[in-house]
Amino acid sequence: MGTRKIVIEPVTRVEGHGKVTILLDEAGQVSQARLHIVEFRGFERFIQGRPYWEIPVLVQRLCGICPVSHHLAAAKAMDGIVGVDRLTPTAEKMRRLMHYGQMFQSHALHFFHLVSPDLLFGFDADPLERNVIGVARKYPELAVQGVMMRKYGQEIIKATAGKKIHGTGAIPGGINKNLSIAERDGFLKEIDQMLAWCRTSLTIARDYTLEHLDELADFGSFDSNHVSLVRADGAMDLYHGNLRAIDKDGNRIFDQVDYQGYFKYIAEEVKPWSYMKFPFISSLGPETGWYRVGPLARINACDFIDTPEAEVARKDFLSVTDGQPNNITMAYHWARMVELLHAGEKIRELLHDPDLQGGDLVLKGERRGESVGLIEAPRGTLFHHYKVDENDQVTMANLIVSTTNNNTPMNRAVEGVARKYLSGAEITEGLLNRVEVAIRAYDPCLSCATHAMGRMPLVVELHDAAGRTLDRRVRD
Amino acid sequence: MKTLVLGYGNPGRLDDGLGPAFAERIRLMGLPGVEVESNYQLNIEDAELVSRYGHVVFADASVDSAEPFDFRPLDRHAPMVGFSSHSITAGSLLGLAEALFGSVPRAYAMAIRGYEFNGFGEHLSPAARNNLGAAVEFFGAWRSACRDG
Repeated sequence: MGTRKIVIEPVTRVEGHGKVTILLDEAGQVSQARLHIVEFRGFERFIQGRPYWEIPVLVQRLCGICPVSHHLAAAKAMDGIVGVDRLTPTAEKMRRLMHYGQMFQSHALHFFHLVSPDLLFGFDADPLERNVIGVARKYPELAVQGVMMRKYGQEIIKATAGKKIHGTGAIPGGINKNLSIAERDGFLKEIDQMLAWCRTSLTIARDYTLEHLDELADFGSFDSNHVSLVRADGAMDLYHGNLRAIDKDGNRIFDQVDYQGYFKYIAEEVKPWSYMKFPFISSLGPETGWYRVGPLARINACDFIDTPEAEVARKDFLSVTDGQPNNITMAYHWARMVELLHAGEKIRELLHDPDLQGGDLVLKGERRGESVGLIEAPRGTLFHHYKVDENDQVTMANLIVSTTNNNTPMNRAVEGVARKYLSGAEITEGLLNRVEVAIRAYDPCLSCATHAMGRMPLVVELHDAAGRTLDRRVRD
Repeated sequence: MKTLVLGYGNPGRLDDGLGPAFAERIRLMGLPGVEVESNYQLNIEDAELVSRYGHVVFADASVDSAEPFDFRPLDRHAPMVGFSSHSITAGSLLGLAEALFGSVPRAYAMAIRGYEFNGFGEHLSPAARNNLGAAVEFFGAWRSACRDG
């Protein structure tokens, strides 16, 4: 069988689309399926030459979906640049509150806006019904719940970051505000309701997964390594910790690695058909060293969760696989809802902490020239690496965003679905739906850097062995 | 009747920032009865926000609208668009406001023609700046006409 070079078309305004190409062999069977996500790689150059203190604000331009994650990862890196290894309690807890607010709103949004239609209506439902409007019509209470949870998280971001867009809360060495009593009391009034809704969401995801376990176990699933931050005692920690990598059986590939030296453990491969890089664990190489990040990886990698209800939920989650790592792609949704509950519990815990009203906000140390900031963003581990010269200007930036970490797994998921559901030379509605569902499990950030009103398509193309396009469908 | 101007787009991506730039210009005008919000993109919680207004103007950059801008009423029942982005269209947002909060404003799209999107930079192209000026001028007149009418 001959090979065919696939060329990604130049992209104009729309950065945020996913393109899937499925290549058939001469026997008409799937030989390869690839997901092309267009990632604009100019950002790292854009910030070169900018003063380091601007970076935590500037990097929020990178993503309209998770600006808070970039804000915090950059701020953590800049803490190192100003020589601060440990923030004041008020600064660290304010940042954590901001981060859990981000996690809360992002997970709630993904579940109610994007996932619940798939679960409630089924993969084969008409896309005109299988969307958030359909949920609003048929399950209005659930839809309101999703909107109000999202709003709650956004309000926490506003209170901690200063504003919802281009927050300035985290600064090198600390934070620029604390939480007022009035703000705290406002959030406390609603937290019990939010936690109740977290439990409802968790139940929906759990019950769905268990009821469809046989089908889901074979739906774009595969064994993989998993990478995440964990605390020194092995607990899940979404804001700070050391790197841990495990294999499909839970064996540790590396553990408690200081992320300042991440580049000794993680490498990135470039492939000619994708603008997005393919990270892998260096010691294993690109063929077997690729890994998953995000909620599934975090639940698999940690030893425990330090909030009571989420820990019960984690044990319940792992009981499905007898305590071993869960490698079912669609289990991401259940894992994400465990984290939603964890984020809610953490927010409640922090709101009761008087350190949030403290006045000791910023520290300074001895200036350094290089630093790395890592955070567990909603979609997974987010790496920010900077070098700063004696004129305080950034001379090097390397970012590995969460969706990039999941690049190979998303390709695997798409290929698995294509092999199982493609029949003949036509992209059926059923196949298109399932490709969409498999990618969505990873909650990829396809719209980094720019939005596009009404133009967020998924394009699926089918090519024969000679490279001819047999079919093309667009979901927009 | 209160009016909300909701501008959205990424100000770090050249002309993609036309929506927020429009919102900022309107905010500076200090028009009575006009409130202003801006964000990277529309989000589902904006359904609750828009349900509290009589009129809402959604301002966004456009790659292919008429020059200098296109201003038109919005259909509140437009179908949901979106594969994996967390954004939502203005039409879907109106449908959501009606379905969940029982109130939907009269809504308009202000699509301002932009030209440069493929890069990073916190500035508008000269042509987009001109189009922005025309859109702001139009909005002031439209708002006056609404109040007089």
